[in-house]
Amino acid sequence: MDIKRRKFLKLAGLSAVAGIGAPSAFNMLLRGEARASEKGHGEGETTQATEQRLGLVINVRKFAANHGLAGKCINACHTIHNVPNYGNKKDEIKWIWVETFEHAFPEHSQYKRNEGLDQLPIMTLCNHCDNPPCVRACPTQATFKNKKNGVVMMDYHRCIGCRFCMVACPSRARSFNWRSPREKDSEGRYRFIEHLNPDYPTRMRGVVEKCTLCIERIERGQIPACVEATGNTGAMVFGDLHDPNSEISKVLNENFTIQRKPAAGTHPSLFYII
Amino acid sequence: MYDKGKIIPGLIVFVLIAVSPIIYNRGNAGQVPNPEKSKVARECVRPAQEMRERHMQLLIGWRYNVVRENGAREGVTAGGTKYARSLQLGCLKCHTSKEKFCDKCHAYAAVEPYCWDCHFASKEKM
Repeated sequence: MDIKRRKFLKLAGLSAVAGIGAPSAFNMLLRGEARASEKGHGEGETTQATEQRLGLVINVRKFAANHGLAGKCINACHTIHNVPNYGNKKDEIKWIWVETFEHAFPEHSQYKRNEGLDQLPIMTLCNHCDNPPCVRACPTQATFKNKKNGVVMMDYHRCIGCRFCMVACPSRARSFNWRSPREKDSEGRYRFIEHLNPDYPTRMRGVVEKCTLCIERIERGQIPACVEATGNTGAMVFGDLHDPNSEISKVLNENFTIQRKPAAGTHPSLFYII
Repeated sequence: MYDKGKIIPGLIVFVLIAVSPIIYNRGNAGQVPNPEKSKVARECVRPAQEMRERHMQLLIGWRYNVVRENGAREGVTAGGTKYARSLQLGCLKCHTSKEKFCDKCHAYAAVEPYCWDCHFASKEKM
């Protein structure tokens, strides 16, 4: 056979590239990965409907009328879940917190706004979105939507601390543990956890945490700790949005409510009566 | 080969020194750990031998099932006792001391599970 050394090398090189590249390319197409990644960019993205969709109605007027009620809710939540208090804004961990109207609802017109709005304590927590962007951003599925009740949950065992979810979340409901919540003082007590709940774990340095709508309580038939802390004031109503006869559905039917950043398209499960 | 007379005995001496700890400790498993038995419960969630060999798989299974699959938070032993499928609220209810139970074998096998980075071990140590 008359073949030049140069031509042989060219052919050999080309077949090597084809041989290595082709199987993986075929595999990707066959398994549909190429399409899946296109869909990841938000176009027509909808998550599976869940049997229940647990949500909250927060009556801001009741919080304004009951001075100290917001603090009670925050305290109840943060004590039960061993949320550390580092005492500075940079390291702050928050599951539920008070926000100003301007910050909670930035897309609403602030021009000629009623001055009273500035004083309203807007209770904010994870919105438990029906279409959660944090879940899509998470590379390890450490955050995911509960298949039964739609609660956006955290599996801290899986979190690698990349903080993609924090960037993805439009309501800034996620906090990162920059330092260990279990640091101890010289007397061997936890420095940042004032009242320890020994039945609930802490987190560790390097994981993201957020409100879980008290999934561990819900599964025991209890209501979330913040809702329980409001007592019978009606400041917070918890229930299943899919059930037309639930209290929350009735409250939503009778009142005008707004949601945080609806334009983000995440379909929050929290509603506010202002 | 040059210096055959030095290299070969040298190698033999080296190998002997390298394996001497193994020869010295042959047939001796060291002090076998003796984790404290639960004073409260008569039976564990699985037979003792299975727990010895596979408790880590069982725990990971619970974790996955309870956290991610809405699995039951409560289980029932062969003898009909109810238990929480949880490290902190289940295992540690009977095996009350981490130091006298978990740590015994983990120290012997030189494994350091990271459970305790987040979960609380025993109430008396807080």
